[in-house]
Amino acid sequence: MISAPDVVAFTREEELEDDLYREPPLPEEYSVPLFPFSGQGANPWAKVAGSKFTRDFILISEFSEQVGPQPLLTIPDDAKVSGTFDLNYFSLRIMSVDYQASFVGHPPGSAYPKLNFVEDSKVVLGDSKEGAFAYVHHLTLYDLEARGFVRPFCMAYISADEHKIMQQFQELSTEFSKASECLKTGNRKAFANELEKKLKDLDYTRTVLHNETEQQKKANDKGYYTTQAIEKANELASVEKSIIEHQDLLRQIRSYPYRKLKDSEFHPYEPECALDRADTGSDQDPTASDPAEPGETHLYTHVPSYTPKLIKAKSAKCFDKKLKTLEELCDVYFFTQTLDQLHHIERTFRGDVCYLLTEQISRALLKQQSVTNFLFEDVSFLDEKPPEKQYRGCQGLGQDVIDEKCSEESLAPKVIISLGSYKSSVECVPIKMEQETEDSEEPKMSESVMSEHQENLDYLDADIKGSISSGESIEVLGTEKSGLTKSESQASLPVIPSPQAGRSKVGSRRTVSEDSIEVLSTCPSESLIPEDFKASYPSAINEEPYADDDEGGLRFTPRANPGVDDGQDDISKEESLVQVDAACCIGKESPNFLEALPELGQKACEEDGVVRIPPQPYRPAEQGLRGGFPSHQGLSGGLLPGELDSRYLTGSREVSKSSLDECSDSTSHISSAASTCSDRTPSPAHPACAAGERHRKRAGQNALRFIRQYPFAHPAIYSLLSGRTLVVLGEDEAMVKRLVTALSIFVPNCGAYAKPVKHWVTSALHLVDFQKWKLIGLQRAVSPAGVTVLHALSRYSRYLSILDADSKTLRCPLYKGTVVARLADHRTQIKRGSTYYMHVQSILTQLCSKAFLFTFCHHLHLPISEREPEESVVNRRMNFLKHQLGLANEDIKIVQYLAELLKLHYIQEPGQGGNPLLRFDYVPSFLYKI
Amino acid sequence: KSSVQTIGEEQIQNPYTELLVLKGHQDIVRFLVQIDDYRFASAGDDGVIFLWNAQTGEKLYELHGHTHKITAIAPFSSSDVTEEKPDLIITASADRTVIVWDCASGRQVQKVSCFHSTVKCLTVLQRLNVWLSGGSDLCVWNRKLDLLCKTSHLTDAGISALVELPKNCVAAAVGKELIIFRLSASNNGSEVWNILEVKRLVDHQDNISSLVSVNDLTFVTGSYLGELIVWDALDWTKQASECNFWDSSVHPDVQTEIKLSQSPHESSVQHLASDEECVFAAVGKGIYVYNLQMKRVIACQRTAHDSSVLHIEKLPNRQLISCSEDGSVRIWELREKQQLPAEPVPTGFFNMWGFGRANKQANQAAKKMQENTPVYFLELVGDLIGHSSAVQMFLYFGELGLATCSADHLIILWKDGERESSLRSLTLFQKLAQNGDLQLKL
Repeated sequence: MISAPDVVAFTREEELEDDLYREPPLPEEYSVPLFPFSGQGANPWAKVAGSKFTRDFILISEFSEQVGPQPLLTIPDDAKVSGTFDLNYFSLRIMSVDYQASFVGHPPGSAYPKLNFVEDSKVVLGDSKEGAFAYVHHLTLYDLEARGFVRPFCMAYISADEHKIMQQFQELSTEFSKASECLKTGNRKAFANELEKKLKDLDYTRTVLHNETEQQKKANDKGYYTTQAIEKANELASVEKSIIEHQDLLRQIRSYPYRKLKDSEFHPYEPECALDRADTGSDQDPTASDPAEPGETHLYTHVPSYTPKLIKAKSAKCFDKKLKTLEELCDVYFFTQTLDQLHHIERTFRGDVCYLLTEQISRALLKQQSVTNFLFEDVSFLDEKPPEKQYRGCQGLGQDVIDEKCSEESLAPKVIISLGSYKSSVECVPIKMEQETEDSEEPKMSESVMSEHQENLDYLDADIKGSISSGESIEVLGTEKSGLTKSESQASLPVIPSPQAGRSKVGSRRTVSEDSIEVLSTCPSESLIPEDFKASYPSAINEEPYADDDEGGLRFTPRANPGVDDGQDDISKEESLVQVDAACCIGKESPNFLEALPELGQKACEEDGVVRIPPQPYRPAEQGLRGGFPSHQGLSGGLLPGELDSRYLTGSREVSKSSLDECSDSTSHISSAASTCSDRTPSPAHPACAAGERHRKRAGQNALRFIRQYPFAHPAIYSLLSGRTLVVLGEDEAMVKRLVTALSIFVPNCGAYAKPVKHWVTSALHLVDFQKWKLIGLQRAVSPAGVTVLHALSRYSRYLSILDADSKTLRCPLYKGTVVARLADHRTQIKRGSTYYMHVQSILTQLCSKAFLFTFCHHLHLPISEREPEESVVNRRMNFLKHQLGLANEDIKIVQYLAELLKLHYIQEPGQGGNPLLRFDYVPSFLYKI
Repeated sequence: KSSVQTIGEEQIQNPYTELLVLKGHQDIVRFLVQIDDYRFASAGDDGVIFLWNAQTGEKLYELHGHTHKITAIAPFSSSDVTEEKPDLIITASADRTVIVWDCASGRQVQKVSCFHSTVKCLTVLQRLNVWLSGGSDLCVWNRKLDLLCKTSHLTDAGISALVELPKNCVAAAVGKELIIFRLSASNNGSEVWNILEVKRLVDHQDNISSLVSVNDLTFVTGSYLGELIVWDALDWTKQASECNFWDSSVHPDVQTEIKLSQSPHESSVQHLASDEECVFAAVGKGIYVYNLQMKRVIACQRTAHDSSVLHIEKLPNRQLISCSEDGSVRIWELREKQQLPAEPVPTGFFNMWGFGRANKQANQAAKKMQENTPVYFLELVGDLIGHSSAVQMFLYFGELGLATCSADHLIILWKDGERESSLRSLTLFQKLAQNGDLQLKL
């Protein structure tokens, strides 16, 4: 909610969603010149104007042994998307960067064909001629009928924006690995099935042959073998050999090391338990007791009754035979799962990279606001990847390690992780440097983590060597191994390892890629790097000593836990955040926000003289706001009511108030323009938000309509913000639900659970309901049941505000504050639902920050000295609310309610639900009419 | 038109701005008893006893053992602080058993099932360290649940109420009669006890519904007919009586019990409470304050609730709380009204704001005005609406709030929101300090 993702482009006014509020067009001289190629579907932001496709898409290709590289399918499955883009040509290119010798067959010294469990490879490549850049994920599937039993496939994320691919590489790789893992799981299953069938066939054939030989033996009394008999015997021998070979293959496929299943959330039979699995998985004992093994074996052995066929000797491989489709290669279930995942990837990464980055940054920031973020944020992403897991390393040390220390140490493992994942991806970078990075305070822990990594890497080396030696490989950016190590960091904030470290190392390895294909990942050609990047990233060609790289890597890692000294800093940072919030969507202010992040990086990089840092993919910086809050030390300790500089709170409020109209206007333009590039759907930057995004847009739109339509929107919203349950009463379910949806964006959450919103109730309400729900849609019925419903409403009227959707009346307490007026100005120029949603979120964030200050100022709630009377504390509290926070009248109650929620949330023991309590005031209600 | 006084939504004096709903019971909750400063027990028709923390609303224990509804419950706290005896509660049920529970462990200590009829009341005589169970007969038990002695079979209906009197006596309400028993331990010091019937008082015209001890010298009984009799606790003589709650036109001093043809429900004395000066009676829908010294009703709310008042209690701060079958709990304040000799107010004047009632009271007391006695009235200072069915009983926990139990199976803890809020702040900063997040820069 902090970001303003719509501030992306400014070129085109889109037809508005809401016809009602169509504005007259600007006079010609003021209008922004339209992008010259703004024809239908053109993407004005394409870095390379020549790109022949309209938006990002995913391409799956295969290197068919019959016809060579061929595209299989695209996601989205729409011919318009790829447009005139030559899929065949591009398939050829991406398949020709294939990487590792997927060597299968009879290795020298081995009697039987050996399945190689080839790791995936991840490559970024670009084609400036086509204007296409792609993240390419190669994988190999097994097929009994294929040459060498393998079928090479690749999945590519193709975009016209190089930066997107580069900056989102880690995320793309993570997501594609999941898809690939899913495919391969299904494939192994199918392959095992196929092998079993084949074995049965062979067995049957052997029996038949054997019988025939016996008969011939009996019939033969001449004492010598006929050529026929010899042939038969040979045939029998070859069948037997074949049986042994196939049995061996089956054994191999079954004993597939399950290490990689750790993050396979597709596996229907096992829950996702990433960390534990990662550990057991990295033990690397392929045949050893893997918990999933028995189940899986069972899965494989379960084969429906199958009648074996006689196999002709020498079933010649002919080119006219039909190869299995991808769907056949994998189980149908897994195939659809994969498609889902790919669709999900497409949804996640569509849109402008700025949008993705801002979204990621704001999400990272929000996650750090663990004290307040539950109030108005989507809970979905909050519990998705709890940041705590990141600190597993130190948590493992035991509970006796006090939290504070823990937060200090927590940096160390992170450094390892970020370096580690890259290192592993660059095959064989020495790992010694890790020792240097974190030889500091926690030797025990670092050792444990170290050794774990060491093991992983050792294994990686062993496994990868074959592929390196193949000589064919051009560049291996990330193999499955990086998935291995990443799995640890994955649970945390997605870590983009410092590009400096990563790139230069990769660059140093880059020696052979003199192919026709530019492999961008290793060496971003100068011309393609924007100014910002150039400055901060040492050119990949400059080979830096490893030690330096290492330093560089460190510099980008989060700053150390701000100690007491940094308290002031944190305040100022927080101030700047608050300021930005206050001045939401004011163009000139927003850079402030962007600077807030680089500031850290800057500080770290000063020695280099490198100060310019582009908007980075978010890093787990600003430890200050994590869980415990070191940063509040400054606050709660040093902040007496008088000391708090409230200038920004009150001052900027004015600014934002005065400039609200025009800025919101511009934002609406911007946003409308911005979303054209993404097919009029705002790019959901996060999986879980995909649905939420749509919901939020609709809710925003409904809310806009509500505040325009109902003059008493203010008291209604005040009711919600102050925790008084609002009942929307009406006969028409659709209308009531629409209103509830609209109003739901104003409802603060009571905990990290679902919003306390009930869309539709038909029975009489009870007191317990008001504890649970703060916004209720209620059916008005004429039946006797309806009478009791109304009776209950009037009985509990003191706890309720009642919005009658039929007669358009509202019964609720009076509101005379100013916050809601800013929140819901019925003359607002905002036109788009999502923009309005952002606007609401920014003001709510501001409220949250006030509530936070209020809650955690020690002296506002507790006496300074023991003898201080309660009244003076109360006075101080009210003074703070009124003067320092600049709250008027009922606004105080809003902040008090939010503060109460914060307190409850903080006090509440984890895992314990806590009794929901109902707070209320004895205040008179008034009836509002239109 | 309802003549019940209403207060509206603005209740400045009502401190209860936060509530917790305690769920657990599956049937009507009828009894709440306080165990100590922060714990209480609840029991009802589902036969289960719950122990709650009154501060947090946490459910401490769930005591299962009875198969029928609970008919009586009494806490038996140890009189000796030194002896470290655990707090016990005794419960009687319609399954004709009595169970003693340990509040500290939540376990059943012992079960007695030798009763011929349901025990309807339980009384603990702390002084003697014994407890009494009243059913069709009266039994005396010690702490170890030895039956010390018992009376002969008294009545089939059973004892409806018991109260402790001075000099080792107890008064038992049996139907219309009030029977005084005396307990005596035999002189040789062994555990031989005796219970003797001392006197039978037959002054009530109808079944006695409530029995309460005011102080060492007096106790009060109320009947279904609305008679209120004040007794001397030493010689068991009638000191005063009041029977005309329903009709103010009758002279208050008239001793004769006049029964009007009124539905008994309307006038029955549901519950009595008292402090040193006054007896507070819940009669029908109304509440009445009877001053023991002046021997008259000094203030009343004739229709304090929409339906029968079930429980009434006096708070230390001159406030009075009543709960009723209509599902509401109301807080009243007994106020002194310095009034000039009242101008005659037409009787039967009712207005919905309730001051008519006070005026009426003034009218009634007009004759006393010459004596310059202060005039009191009950002012509604707040009401608590939460239950959807009859509120059976409540328990006042002082600062911790108020617990109410109801036929809707719920218990609600009403709390002072301000106080809770500052308590939470305190906890918050304590937790911050614990986590080491709080480092004061001093």
